[in-house]
Amino acid sequence: MLDVSKARIIHDFTHERPLLACRYDPKERYVVTSSEDFRLQRFNLPGGEKTVLPEVHSSWVHALGFSPDGQTLYSGGCDGKLVFWNIAEPEVKPLRTIDAHQGWLRAMSVSSDGSLVATGSNDKTIKVWNTQSGELVKQWVGHTKNVYSIQFMPDGKRILSGDLGGAVQLRSLDADDVKASFEAKPLHTYEGGQMVDFGGVRCLAVRPSSDQFAAGGLHKASNPLGAVHEPLALRFALEGGQILKSHVSEGITGGGLWRVQWLSDGTLMGVSGGSSGGFLIFWNDQQDKDYFKFKLPALARDMDLATNGLNVVTSHHDGHVRITHLSAS
Amino acid sequence: MKCQYACGSSEHLMARRKFLSLSASGAVGVAGGLGFLTRGAAAEQVQQMQQRIVVFNMHGGLSQLESWDPKPGTRTGGPFRAIPTSVPGLHISELLPQTAQQMHHLCLFRGVNTSEDDHGKGAYMMMTGRRQSPAADYPEIGAVAAKTLMPNDSSLPGHIRIVPHGGGGRGSDAAYLGPKYSSIHLGNGNPPQYTKRPDGITDDVEKRRQEFRRKTDRRFLDGRRTAMTDVFTYSFEQADRLMEQRDVFDVTKEPVADQEKYGTHDFGRHCLLARRLIERGISFVQVSHSNYDTHNENFDFHLEQVGEFDRPFATFVSDLAQRGLLDQTLIVVLSEFGRTPNINLYLGRDHWSRAWSVLAGGGKLARGAVLGATNAEGTEVVDVQVDHAQLFHTYLQAVGVDSTTSFQIDGRDLPIADPAAEPIWKAIV
Repeated sequence: MLDVSKARIIHDFTHERPLLACRYDPKERYVVTSSEDFRLQRFNLPGGEKTVLPEVHSSWVHALGFSPDGQTLYSGGCDGKLVFWNIAEPEVKPLRTIDAHQGWLRAMSVSSDGSLVATGSNDKTIKVWNTQSGELVKQWVGHTKNVYSIQFMPDGKRILSGDLGGAVQLRSLDADDVKASFEAKPLHTYEGGQMVDFGGVRCLAVRPSSDQFAAGGLHKASNPLGAVHEPLALRFALEGGQILKSHVSEGITGGGLWRVQWLSDGTLMGVSGGSSGGFLIFWNDQQDKDYFKFKLPALARDMDLATNGLNVVTSHHDGHVRITHLSAS
Repeated sequence: MKCQYACGSSEHLMARRKFLSLSASGAVGVAGGLGFLTRGAAAEQVQQMQQRIVVFNMHGGLSQLESWDPKPGTRTGGPFRAIPTSVPGLHISELLPQTAQQMHHLCLFRGVNTSEDDHGKGAYMMMTGRRQSPAADYPEIGAVAAKTLMPNDSSLPGHIRIVPHGGGGRGSDAAYLGPKYSSIHLGNGNPPQYTKRPDGITDDVEKRRQEFRRKTDRRFLDGRRTAMTDVFTYSFEQADRLMEQRDVFDVTKEPVADQEKYGTHDFGRHCLLARRLIERGISFVQVSHSNYDTHNENFDFHLEQVGEFDRPFATFVSDLAQRGLLDQTLIVVLSEFGRTPNINLYLGRDHWSRAWSVLAGGGKLARGAVLGATNAEGTEVVDVQVDHAQLFHTYLQAVGVDSTTSFQIDGRDLPIADPAAEPIWKAIV
């Protein structure tokens, strides 16, 4: 039974280099991570036996996704490549490599039926790929800043995307234009003294009922270059586009949300990493402030919720991949 | 009297007074500053060569790994790849694709070790070629260039800084050379502050005002001429000349095609303005690009900042080469230091002065050259280590100034550059 107040770490595996992204196999057989050495790692569960995947990317990998059956892993790198992997096989190999973007591939999302994968990039484009053939089936150019986040709607026919400037756009696969725009401006900072854009929509998550979505990132960026900023998640109504809640977390003066996801009881969960350390933060729909936060042993950079809704994998700067169980059982 | 002096505008009156105040304050520490007015034949020869220097100051500390000395695929390399350049075998960061095509004009120093990780002290060292000391203050490269390269009869200032934000004013960066050589700041690339004559002042009124000022000046100077009065007089004359030549600083006078080529963002305008200024004979221009002090999310910020730097800078180099100005123009891209090879937990890089890079080019510098090297992870210099003092000498040698000689200030020999260091002769052709 879900009880975030009883959160505890049940697995802790290591890699020799700092980790970046992580994802949970939908069948819960393993977790996959990426690291600063351009490589991907598969850790079997529960023992943590590590398989390092062949080096295909020539840069860091920030975007990972699974097919719903857990047989295929998709990885997107700062080299602009989208790679398909036979991740469930004993010997993991790349199945397909696509030169997907002219710039960092920062974000990806797999449709609920597994037929499509959407990618977003620094080239300011959003692209949708057929997971069977690898063909490009749709492309949009519409963001004026780097695309930082992307998320399929549960219907698999619409896509949300967010950018550095705080713009969130909703598109339909059968249309070329933007279906709806949302202003997540609190997530963007232009610091005039330092002359830098900072923040952006680092992550998006759609509530299973599709009536709300959350855009996560950071705010109060008084010193972007010095890591002084606080986590912020904006809860939007999909219809109307108004901000319903601005979820903050007191006491985290150095942090930003790398990912947000919805738990089965309607809680919005975010992972924060920054100078205050790593946290799993939990918000309900009643208040802006969190109702609980779980301190992780080190700064976290990504998170993924297992299909069971109780286990959360986090990837950390210290090279550890940790699995936190959100229940007393 | 007040009206004649400052045209009845209190704002203008304050402006003039502020200008004078700043100029004079720079002179307070200059005993007998008249010495700089004396020039030798050798100095005049250098001035006739019409050499110039343009410094791009990558404020905050540009990462050498995300620019001139990438280490892709290593522990310290970060996410960016290296790309080939117009110099066979030379690779730089993929963030600089257009600059990569201009590297055959340039000279890369990859073995810089300045051993100073403080912003202020590092900046002082890189701009003056000396370590900061409570016992002495030294002129910045711009002031030295203005004194050694600018013809004495020039109607324009020799030392210009184009700064990112608005405002303006003057720097106090000439030390014992005196305020004549201190920088004039062009805030956000705009003409010098307070150089626009109020609309109510006609040419005739202005002429009479200046005549009156000169007349009273002469009467005063007949009996009480000092270094300070000379500075005041020079400041007035310079302000007068600036007002007459305000268009020199107006980048919108450049062809529209050139403005588009450089980019319409601030840094693009500033680079084009730098070209305009040196083409009109100004000896030294410094362009600042901010900000590279990326302790946090170094890669995202360098993606943004270096991405903005690349096209205008490459266009500037290409333009100078095409216009035949590169032989007479030294280009330097510097920071106060580099950034740590180690990537910190915030995906940032911290201050690092022990193994970093400076890019230069033009003048007498070897073209398409790479001097120095760091080890595989960029943590230390392994070949041709150089420091701020050697670089300072080298910049001056590259524009024909014998950096091993001295200024004569009030009968004293003050070495132009650190006498304990030497130019990097390997870089000079």
